[in-house]
Amino acid sequence: MDDIDKRIINSLQGGFPICERPFAAAAGPLGLTEAELIDRIEKLLADGTLTRFGPLYQIERMGGRFSLAAMAIPVEDFERVATIVNAFPEVAHNYERTHRLNMWFVLATETPDALPQTIARIEQATGYPVFNMPKEKEFFVNLYLSA
Amino acid sequence: MTPYSLDAIDRKLIVATQTGLPLSPTPYAEVAAQVGISTAEALQRLQALQQHGVIRRIGVVPNHYKLGYRFNGMSVWDVDDTLIDMLGQQVGDLPFVSHCYRRPRHLPDWPYNLFAMVHGKTREEADLQVTTIRQLLGDACRSSDVLFSQRILKKTGLRL
Repeated sequence: MDDIDKRIINSLQGGFPICERPFAAAAGPLGLTEAELIDRIEKLLADGTLTRFGPLYQIERMGGRFSLAAMAIPVEDFERVATIVNAFPEVAHNYERTHRLNMWFVLATETPDALPQTIARIEQATGYPVFNMPKEKEFFVNLYLSA
Repeated sequence: MTPYSLDAIDRKLIVATQTGLPLSPTPYAEVAAQVGISTAEALQRLQALQQHGVIRRIGVVPNHYKLGYRFNGMSVWDVDDTLIDMLGQQVGDLPFVSHCYRRPRHLPDWPYNLFAMVHGKTREEADLQVTTIRQLLGDACRSSDVLFSQRILKKTGLRL
């Protein structure tokens, strides 16, 4: 990752334009050509520096639900359960964390009713209880990481 | 806010873009062709989705670990119910906190009702952030913990 990559990461975590030639529009202020910007983003995706490039959707604005959920999984059963949980398309992110509750995942469902249904299906498929921790109040959300 | 009502074409646009935009000079034209609408209509619909907050942002999503943020801590706090909304807002306003929420306790297993994510390139940096939150909460906080992520098991984002 060189200075140009850092500049791209620091300035393009939002604000990518919606227009006919968005890469051309975004490249100018970065001092790059359209082709250079496309090439850089392609490489950063390929080497895993970026996990994604595109729109981030907020499912609650479409009437859906997000929730954070946690499970306590014995070490010897962890990989099996992770495979089952990850196979659910409603699971957007899943992290292993240092705690007795060691598996933490974000659920995103298209309707409010689908959230408890998905949790029940995960409990049934894995054999472990799910602790549902939907947000009651949002104080701040803006993940910005500087390279 | 009432939810934005999606029609079938909006939904197709979301499905076509949720894994990412095509890396071509005209990505929205490609998406439009895939969905079967004109480029102008795709641009107009995406702009409307963004204006209504259905699209939170458009851009690059970095991998924390690859940028050197190896210490991603979910700090959790058992905060007095009468003070949590005021203090939660103050924690959320700290410049290094990326997400901050009030969530339900699950007693006796889980006594914590305030969640604040911190990100450090070193353990010391993350610890200092947690200490700053602890000082802010003071006596209103009965107990706390920090759960560091050990491994990303999945990170695909939303899938319709």
